[in-house]
Amino acid sequence: MKNGVNGVALGVCIAFFLAVTVLGFMAARWRRAENALHLDEWGLGGRSFGTWVTWFLLGGDLYTAYTFVAVPAAVYGAGASGFFALPYTILAYPLVFLFLPRLWSVSRKHGYVTSSDFIRGRFGSKSLSVAVALTGIVATMPYIALQLVGIQAVLNVMGIGNSGNWFAKDLPLFIAFGVLAAYTYSSGLRAPALIAFVKDALIYIVIIVAIIYIPYKLGGFHDIFHSAKTAYAVQNPVTKQPRGSLVSGPKAQWAYATLAMGSAMALFLYPHSVTAVLSSKSRNVVRRNTTILPLYSLMLGLLAMLGFMAIADGVGKGIKGYNAQLAIPQLFENMFPSWFAGVAFAAVGIGALVPAAIMSIAAANLFTRNIYKDLIKPDATPEQETRVSKLVSLVVKVGALVFVLAMDKTVAINFQLLGGIWILQTVPAIVGGLFTRWFHRWALLAGWAAGMAYGTWKAYDQSSATQSHFGGNSDVIPGIGEKGYIGLTAFVLNIAIVLVLSVVLNALRAPAGVDETAREDYVLDTEDPAPLPGTSPKPGEPGVPPGLPEPAGA
Amino acid sequence: MSQDRPDSADRPPLVTPRRALAGICIVIPFVALLWVNSYARTTPEFIGIPFFYWYQMAWVPVSAALTYTAYLLVRAEERAQRAAREGGAAR
Repeated sequence: MKNGVNGVALGVCIAFFLAVTVLGFMAARWRRAENALHLDEWGLGGRSFGTWVTWFLLGGDLYTAYTFVAVPAAVYGAGASGFFALPYTILAYPLVFLFLPRLWSVSRKHGYVTSSDFIRGRFGSKSLSVAVALTGIVATMPYIALQLVGIQAVLNVMGIGNSGNWFAKDLPLFIAFGVLAAYTYSSGLRAPALIAFVKDALIYIVIIVAIIYIPYKLGGFHDIFHSAKTAYAVQNPVTKQPRGSLVSGPKAQWAYATLAMGSAMALFLYPHSVTAVLSSKSRNVVRRNTTILPLYSLMLGLLAMLGFMAIADGVGKGIKGYNAQLAIPQLFENMFPSWFAGVAFAAVGIGALVPAAIMSIAAANLFTRNIYKDLIKPDATPEQETRVSKLVSLVVKVGALVFVLAMDKTVAINFQLLGGIWILQTVPAIVGGLFTRWFHRWALLAGWAAGMAYGTWKAYDQSSATQSHFGGNSDVIPGIGEKGYIGLTAFVLNIAIVLVLSVVLNALRAPAGVDETAREDYVLDTEDPAPLPGTSPKPGEPGVPPGLPEPAGA
Repeated sequence: MSQDRPDSADRPPLVTPRRALAGICIVIPFVALLWVNSYARTTPEFIGIPFFYWYQMAWVPVSAALTYTAYLLVRAEERAQRAAREGGAAR
């Protein structure tokens, strides 16, 4: 690793950062609505985004800086097993095609801002909605923290952050997050929506250049995969296992498939995904996006290939305990001229800001709607909700910053691993609830609790060569005997409990709670030219902001 | 909302040929990608990339096309049902 600061790269990075900051503050005036103090405006961008804005927003949201650093780092570290991210992001879209349009419709009809709002409306159960909201908040916090880890990796390679002085080391991070917090506070979801255009344009340029230019410099894919194969065959002196493999071996295939499936199921239940989806202006915008978002998956696949290139280039070779997270930024630094390395670093850095902004908004919305309004102040006005949400978005970011600075990086990574497992446990309530009311609310709560407990316990139990706990996300599946994703096993346990208890509770006629939604709410579409049953659309005004949610049980 | 309403007899069937076809489009990528053993090998290579990697990459456009087909089918179904409903209401 070179010492000293890469001045040109740093200059390019700062230029992009300034441009994005200006955009972030200008976003407050972009498509401004009359009633800027309604939470729909700050927290959901006025529910007005069309197909392309939603595409950029969701792409910028789901494919985070941490993804850009961690996915190729996993491939760099172990080969095939890290590539599960590709089938995961392929399968997510056909999966969400089934239920996301229904969530959009019912949320538009009743003015739901979060998935927990829907749970409360559907099952009339505050305890279930609070459980889902807390799961979302707790899973999102470490995810925001990991965005900082992405920025740190870039800063580190640029030569900043190696000095012993903790203040000088972390100052760039403070500045970046301070500015981010300020424009998120003033512009809400519009800021990341606008910045996402810059982020994604940069990312696409960097990936296309990298995937053509780097193999050309390294002597073609054949040589790259050859050196990767050699590197994976080397045995780890501690575990006596080879470092990795180029193809999933028979023993790793269950883990590969269950990780892909479980992660695909969880992806769109993360609060930040729901926020971006609900900000779109019609049901068909959501559907169209499930067919055009895979372009990002293609990019992710190409990006994962960079892990092999980092091996072929000899990044980290011979360095004991090399931090794989640095592999890709280091590859850029080695391969590209300084100015383009700067563009690539800016892409990663801005790639951290967009999701961090959306995640903090999503967590803030959850707190405001499902904890503050439901439990603390039921008569809060929309203005008060917006004010609370804005403040909480600041608190969440400060929390993430403390998380990264005060604790070891691995803590954030462990929690993010747990976060995926936890989010998966909200599937029966949210996705199940979109299709049926047969599941009993108490059964859903019990299943959720069991899945959370099992998943957390099993994840804690995993040890690896470097960690005695949280060493991995796979464990032996009881009854099958193969290793599989803990989250999915916990989900199966969860759904089994939900089914059994629902039979019992429904037979006992336990109180089921009031359902404020109607069957036709789930297929409502603002693009519809013809009136739908149960709605009173105003022709010629697609995207009219919805009224306040109707009171439960009215 | 489980009780039968007077209009429930007029409700269009839940499973229609178009919806069934859309369902098949949605299921295909799951079968292909979760069956890891079907593609866990290195050959044939494509410009030096092992089969395992380029095959999964190839599923990105295929899966997107299948989802798009499902979208067109479901949209056509919704339009047809709406037309039928309006025809019924005009009667």
